[in-house]
Amino acid sequence: MLEVENLSVMIGDKMLLKDVSLHIEEGETRMLFGENGSGKTSLLMAIMGLGDYKVTSGRIMFKDEDITNLPTNERAQRGIGIMFQRPPTITGLKVREMLEIIEKNGEDIEELARSLNFDEFLNRDLNAGFSGGEIKRAELLQLMAQDPDLVLLDEPESGVDLVNIDLIGNAIRKLLQKDVHKNRHKSGLIITHSGYILDYVEADKGCVLVNETIWCTGNPHEILQGIRDRGYEGCLSCQK
Amino acid sequence: MSEVKKRAEAAREKPAKFGPDVKLEEYTLEAPEYKPKPLDEIDEVDRDRLLNAGVDVTGAERSGSFIQVDRSVIHAAPTQEGIEVQSTRSALEMYPWLEEYLWKVVQVDADKYTASAELNFQDGYFIRALPGVKSVFPVQACLYLKAASISQNVHNIVIAEEGSELHIITGCATDSPELSGLHIGVSEFYVKKNAKITFSMIHNWAENIEVRPRSGMRIGEGGVFLNNYVCLHPVKSLQLFPSAYLEGKDAVARFNSVLFAPPGSHMDVGSRAILSAPGNRCEMIARAITTGGEIISRGLLVGEVAGVKAHLECRGMILKGGGRIYAVPELDGKVEGVDMSHEAAVGKIARAEVEYLMARGLSEEEAVATIVRGFMHVDIEGLPPVLKDQIDSAVGLSEKSLM
Repeated sequence: MLEVENLSVMIGDKMLLKDVSLHIEEGETRMLFGENGSGKTSLLMAIMGLGDYKVTSGRIMFKDEDITNLPTNERAQRGIGIMFQRPPTITGLKVREMLEIIEKNGEDIEELARSLNFDEFLNRDLNAGFSGGEIKRAELLQLMAQDPDLVLLDEPESGVDLVNIDLIGNAIRKLLQKDVHKNRHKSGLIITHSGYILDYVEADKGCVLVNETIWCTGNPHEILQGIRDRGYEGCLSCQK
Repeated sequence: MSEVKKRAEAAREKPAKFGPDVKLEEYTLEAPEYKPKPLDEIDEVDRDRLLNAGVDVTGAERSGSFIQVDRSVIHAAPTQEGIEVQSTRSALEMYPWLEEYLWKVVQVDADKYTASAELNFQDGYFIRALPGVKSVFPVQACLYLKAASISQNVHNIVIAEEGSELHIITGCATDSPELSGLHIGVSEFYVKKNAKITFSMIHNWAENIEVRPRSGMRIGEGGVFLNNYVCLHPVKSLQLFPSAYLEGKDAVARFNSVLFAPPGSHMDVGSRAILSAPGNRCEMIARAITTGGEIISRGLLVGEVAGVKAHLECRGMILKGGGRIYAVPELDGKVEGVDMSHEAAVGKIARAEVEYLMARGLSEEEAVATIVRGFMHVDIEGLPPVLKDQIDSAVGLSEKSLM
């Protein structure tokens, strides 16, 4: 599904990612760990083609196509969707209108919104005055309408209270076809700090970004436990 | 000579406080005369251009219609009991008391344009809702320019009697995009106790048209006046600054304006509200976009008694080099206990917003157009769908110049 090959990314003269390689299979869910500033969000942004991120070497393959130089909207049209951590407010654009614009499977928008307990927000301006949890639900709702094959989630559990984490966890499970056990098509790359999302969404693999590069890949629960026990310094010493 | 005429004569050359000076002598008062006729027989107007100004010549879902071409009123009739629609001239003949409503909220000697409206009076509309009557559909009024270099001078009077509700859509248009002309329109509104007027004015002028509306409104106890002004098409020069006098307790006024200035357009648009009774509230919201034209967006709130509340908001977007937006928000609090605020912002489209929408699959052009449409979206009560489409199409037409 996604093949990131020896990718190096800069913004201005600052190196953000160095020689990153990552392979995500069709139907696979991958957790991405890493301390603040390690480059996790930059990797998602680079895959989506956002911001002023400049790929200096390597390439990004999606469904066997080189998308390294494609504009963001064409990546989205090919099946990549992203959850923004701090999305901008779009004044005057109602949540409902946004969903109508991006919806492609004939889904009932009211129904979708109800599934996230978000129907009362349909006539609000997109992201205007939304709380942390409301932003997550708005982002997930858009992704559900968009129905991408590869979902990029940046800390989906952050800022969400205990009541809503269940709701959000279930929505992510649905997005990633977790109820399909054979021939699952949807893949995910999920950034998490706390690992809390693992209680709701099972991941096939986890990997750690340290010093701008992928340091290791393995069982997500074992990696998380290792980070909890020894911190990211432990990751550095782990492979020595 | 009447006192009013004398004052008009004295102000014949008096320049306006705002806006470029218009040389009245460059325009003619002469135009062919057209006979009144039923709505479905009117063929003097371009129906599409009128529809774009919110006026449906079929009269469908309207509580009455008024159409004036140059100096001729060709149709004026209500379709709902308790709603009156006729020409100002005939109303003045029918109701001697109407003199008491002439030049009371707009001063005849305010400037040379008000003077011209008196000295060169060419009719206008009189619309009135009788006490307690609520218009089921909007009343539509159209002021149309057809003759070359015409100077159209109208005087309109709108009265919502006690407990009534009136919704009026006024569409102004020209017969062709090349036409040159001048439109001077005086409008006086009276909102009586617990009455409500929603007045939507849509200007669909042309590149060689100069426009000087002069409006005032008096709002009584518990009265509500909602004003929507939309100008999405080129206009050589437009200047308006209506004044709302909130005189009754708990009177409310709201002004929304949506302006789009392509290259060559000059718009000096704003409104003033004088809040002089306890519980008065006023809100002014302006959205201005330029792709090369000049927009001056004014707003003045005057708080004269304690307990009034008012807010003014102007947001502008400059989408192409050469355009200019000059926002002039003013607050004048005259006593302790007023609550008035304003905010103004002029900027460009945020890159982060464009990218956000692109990440949902919209092309860059679609993303920009969506953001601009949202920006220009002001909740306008009773806005005809055709006008919403118009806003979209105005954005679409200038899509190439938006970034």
